[in-house]
Amino acid sequence: MELFLEPLEYEFFRHALLAAFMVGASGGLIGVYVVLRGMSYVGHGLSHAAIGGAVVGITLGLDFYIGACVMGLLAALIINKITRNNKIKLDAAIGIVTTAMFALGVAIVSKVRNFKQNFEAALFGNILGITQQDLIIIGFVAGVTLVTLFFSYRTLLFATFDREAAQVFGIKTASVQLLFSLLLTFSVIASLNVIGVTMVAATLIAPAMTARMLTDSFSKMMIYSTIIGAVTGVIGMYLSYIFNVASGTTIVLFSAVVFGISMLIKPMRSRYG
Amino acid sequence: MRAIFPSDSQSDAAVSLTGVSAGYEQNIVFEDLSLEIAAGMFAGIVGPTASGKTTLLKIILGLHPANSGKVLLHGGAPVNRVKPGTIGYVPQLGSVDWDFPVTVEEVIMMGLYTNGRIWPWLSRPERIRVRTLAYRLGIDNCLQHHISEISGGQRQRAFLARALINNPKLLVLDEPTSGVDIKTQHEVLHLLSDLNGEGITIILTTHDLNAVASHLPWVICFNRGVVAQGRPHDIFTNEVMTKTYGGDIVIVKYQGHFLIANSTPLNFIDENR
Repeated sequence: MELFLEPLEYEFFRHALLAAFMVGASGGLIGVYVVLRGMSYVGHGLSHAAIGGAVVGITLGLDFYIGACVMGLLAALIINKITRNNKIKLDAAIGIVTTAMFALGVAIVSKVRNFKQNFEAALFGNILGITQQDLIIIGFVAGVTLVTLFFSYRTLLFATFDREAAQVFGIKTASVQLLFSLLLTFSVIASLNVIGVTMVAATLIAPAMTARMLTDSFSKMMIYSTIIGAVTGVIGMYLSYIFNVASGTTIVLFSAVVFGISMLIKPMRSRYG
Repeated sequence: MRAIFPSDSQSDAAVSLTGVSAGYEQNIVFEDLSLEIAAGMFAGIVGPTASGKTTLLKIILGLHPANSGKVLLHGGAPVNRVKPGTIGYVPQLGSVDWDFPVTVEEVIMMGLYTNGRIWPWLSRPERIRVRTLAYRLGIDNCLQHHISEISGGQRQRAFLARALINNPKLLVLDEPTSGVDIKTQHEVLHLLSDLNGEGITIILTTHDLNAVASHLPWVICFNRGVVAQGRPHDIFTNEVMTKTYGGDIVIVKYQGHFLIANSTPLNFIDENR
């Protein structure tokens, strides 16, 4: 018990725990749509574009989040635009657009060598890196994500499952896609300092895939994925503290273990369920 | 190209296309097509692969823009201004993602998007509506089943229920007879016939000429334009079939029934000769 209570004495850990809880829950929630829309790679791509933007922003003397938001949103809008007529596949668009934006950031880092900002936290996640500002941003994004996905549940479900039929029924699927892309971009950016660029995609996908192993119902999948995301975030953060390893790493590794267990449960569920 | 089904006035037409040209960039699928389908009609569109049946259906559904011409639906409303829920649409079962985590109830529920209700869960009246319709279509005992766990006939009925939940005036089905066995085919077509008897205009595409010949009162033979239309008894002739399919089609009439074969067998002996 002391093992769980002791780190709570530290303010930085309480911040980190709260951040991991919110990032895990909102990532788990939005991750359901990411997985079912076949956009698993998009989280990975957007996080890279965002970090490229953050570097550009800091070079211009702006805040980390401003640069990341501008470039992340730009990437999301360009990907949305060029894939709309189905001529360019989503994975190809993500590969080109987000990698180019990441490359821009790397080019600037290599040119401007006297960088004061440490990007290690953004790359791998850092328990010590969670500031009050991070918490406010994460909380705001998680809240907006939760409320938006809650109230657009029916529209999003229909547009995700059967886009053409949804259009016939009067759903503006292009607007739904745009709204979703914006939410996803904000979620990815808000997760950067907790999880890190290199691992943010896993926090979107692993809880959703774990939930998929446990249920065949969409509504249950959303609830399970949100809970799994929040729980793995919290336990992963404890593991990060205990083993003194980057927080993103422990959260992702623990999520992968939980997913592995769910894969073992699925055949049993099919047989006895 | 003109092929007008006579109706008393334009407002009687469920679908009215005037001088419509459509295609995909340089590839024109059909030009100057005029076609009216009267309200209350149960019509099947038949034709070979790449004849433009799907494009015609998409034009009627408002999923694909016409290059030129006018497309009006019930009461003379332009296709893109039809009130949501007026048209019911059942997609080809082959295009459905059967791994998507939705239950039969969740599929039917999607059709209720037009209600304007924002809460994710079903209200009591909505639940009663879903159950009543499911009972009527004979799928009330599998509402909580995953869509992949039910038979082909039940799948077709589940999507039909989603299309019917808003009491549409026009029901459009893309290949409802493909991928199901003969018994299910019969069941589906009889069910559609019953629905048509209640006043719903039904338009479907199919490759199954025998099913059309024995179940549908009206057929439109289509090959980049309307080749012929009328009652199966009148238009299923060697001449029309050859014009539509461009190949050797054998039509056997026996005791008032049709049997249509796609070619003459090599060892065919005409016993009537």
